[in-house]
Amino acid sequence: MISLIKEIWKFLKVRKKYWLAPIFIILFLFGSLIVLSQGSAVAPFIYTLF
Amino acid sequence: MTAILGISAFYHDSAACLIIDGEIISAVQEERFTRIKHDASYPKNAIESLLIQSNLNLSDIDFVVFYEKPLLKFERLLETYLVNAPKGFRSFRMAMPVWLREKLFLKYQLTTKLKLLDKNFDENKLYFPEHHFSHAASAFYPSPFEEAVVLTLDGVGEWATTTVGIGRANKLEILKEIHFPDSIGLLYSAITYYLGFRVNSGEYKVMGLAPYGESKYKDLILNNLIDLKDDGSFKLNQEYFNYAAGTTMVNEKFCNLFGEPVRESENSLLTQFHMDMAASIQEVIEEIVLKISFYLKKTYQIENLCLAGGVALNCVANGKILREKIFKDIWIQPAAGDAGGALGGALGLWYQELNNERVVLPKKDSMKGSYLGPKFSDQEIERELINLKANYDHLSEDQMIEKTSLALLNGEAVGWFQGRMEFGPRALGGRSILGDPRSEQMQKLLNLKVKFRESFRPFAPSILREDLNKWFKLNCDSPYMLLVDEIDEDLKLEMSIDQKKLFGIDKLNIKRSEIPAVTHVDYSARIQTVHEETNPIYHKLLTAFKKKTNCPVLVNTSFNVRGEPIVGSPSDAFKCFMGTDMEFLAIGNFVLRKDDQKESLKENYKDKYELD
Repeated sequence: MISLIKEIWKFLKVRKKYWLAPIFIILFLFGSLIVLSQGSAVAPFIYTLF
Repeated sequence: MTAILGISAFYHDSAACLIIDGEIISAVQEERFTRIKHDASYPKNAIESLLIQSNLNLSDIDFVVFYEKPLLKFERLLETYLVNAPKGFRSFRMAMPVWLREKLFLKYQLTTKLKLLDKNFDENKLYFPEHHFSHAASAFYPSPFEEAVVLTLDGVGEWATTTVGIGRANKLEILKEIHFPDSIGLLYSAITYYLGFRVNSGEYKVMGLAPYGESKYKDLILNNLIDLKDDGSFKLNQEYFNYAAGTTMVNEKFCNLFGEPVRESENSLLTQFHMDMAASIQEVIEEIVLKISFYLKKTYQIENLCLAGGVALNCVANGKILREKIFKDIWIQPAAGDAGGALGGALGLWYQELNNERVVLPKKDSMKGSYLGPKFSDQEIERELINLKANYDHLSEDQMIEKTSLALLNGEAVGWFQGRMEFGPRALGGRSILGDPRSEQMQKLLNLKVKFRESFRPFAPSILREDLNKWFKLNCDSPYMLLVDEIDEDLKLEMSIDQKKLFGIDKLNIKRSEIPAVTHVDYSARIQTVHEETNPIYHKLLTAFKKKTNCPVLVNTSFNVRGEPIVGSPSDAFKCFMGTDMEFLAIGNFVLRKDDQKESLKENYKDKYELD
């Protein structure tokens, strides 16, 4: 995971798209929720977001 | 020795290829092993097969190239969702699990899987070129040109959907790009979806359907869906499409524009509207491709053109570029879709990054006829046939050719499994079903009883290269079946006034030429020229057939049924033979007749594969 984060950081640097970093993080967290919520106990939490 | 393994996977058509010191040694698609059409999974079997064929271990491989940049693709996804938010949430919800579980960790995944073959595999051996660079490299480096303009057109890679580059000696530079969501590949796929065919698979059916229709909707498409400039650059009007952030290709506004809903499934009735729609999009694509080609010639003044990307499989458009004589010569990568990306990625590394010299042989590409897959010795074939309890005759090569040509003469559908398997979507006389093109019933027989597919689908001719001019208007090599041209005027049979009045599918039953089974309703044919140097045994068969009939042409269709990947092994070939109305099978020097096989070995093949 750490190597992936490093790679993403390097990628943002090369692409000069630092503004994508917070979006990456938010979407990553949001996406992770979706992944975890599939058939897991996190499901009710995601419903409360809406 | 420097060995490079190229891999394409995780989207569609996964494949692997091996090049050693710049020579293309082998290439094969994973679907041929897993028997799942367009299989996108990690090409484990393909990689193992390549290594076994070349007597290599993974530790002997110096570099591994994956055909695209996953992070750049992820960036495109995120930015697209962001632009369309909150509209694309459903699609986002579907895409994210796959990305967060697998695709984002692609480097780790590849390393883990490759470590199963070589526990010391070093991830620093991995390279990730851009998707369209891989396509462009697959078109330029194997081409017979020292210098060429390279045009790639497909659905989408990372951001690019269309690119223009220049290749000179061992260098390839991408100069221009058109980015997602503007894509003629996706425009064609949108119409494919609208006509009820499967996206990424049914596009060639739309192309086959087009000659039955009239291009009534061309102006409607050009005036509403696409803003096409004189240089061939374009912008799609996203008001009509839903693919950027939705889960369908087109929206309601699109349907309202043409006045018909999306055709629900492949089993729904195909009407004249669908044929007219297919004809219209085909003409639009041709217009775009021609405009780009004219612009490229005018701007760069280079004599040769190389093409790759899924749209380059549109052989009707390719034929138009050729006939317009815009370029002195054109060359199209036979595995123009994503499978070919594996090859392009590997070649790109060898020439561009490692800066190796590129030797070009005039008029001779380095694809080896695209016969780059596995082959089977007579012992291996016999072992499989014995296991299958098949009844067979083991003959000499000459006897096998003689028997096969006689079967063809008798109007039988012949399974033909010889030598190395083809790389790319076309069967080129290695894994083919063959028939007599002079037979009026052959198209129907092959479509309905052998391939179990729609009756409108045309078949392609294989012809001895030396006889090409006498039978078709085409006047250049077309070894990969990627060029369409008309049948020679003298061989055409004029339609009567009543016949000319017929519409759509009704035209199918008219005998249009001396070789009706391979003459489409507009007198066109997707031609494969057969060359003694690249496929001597198929050349021999055509020569034997010509001796008997004076006709150097055979119907050549892929050895599979609808929805099935092309057969990969003798066992696959035998099963397909037993599951269809094929009457004769030649595998290596073994011939099998359906009548000699046990009834119990027959199986219901028709429903075995999902519709493609």
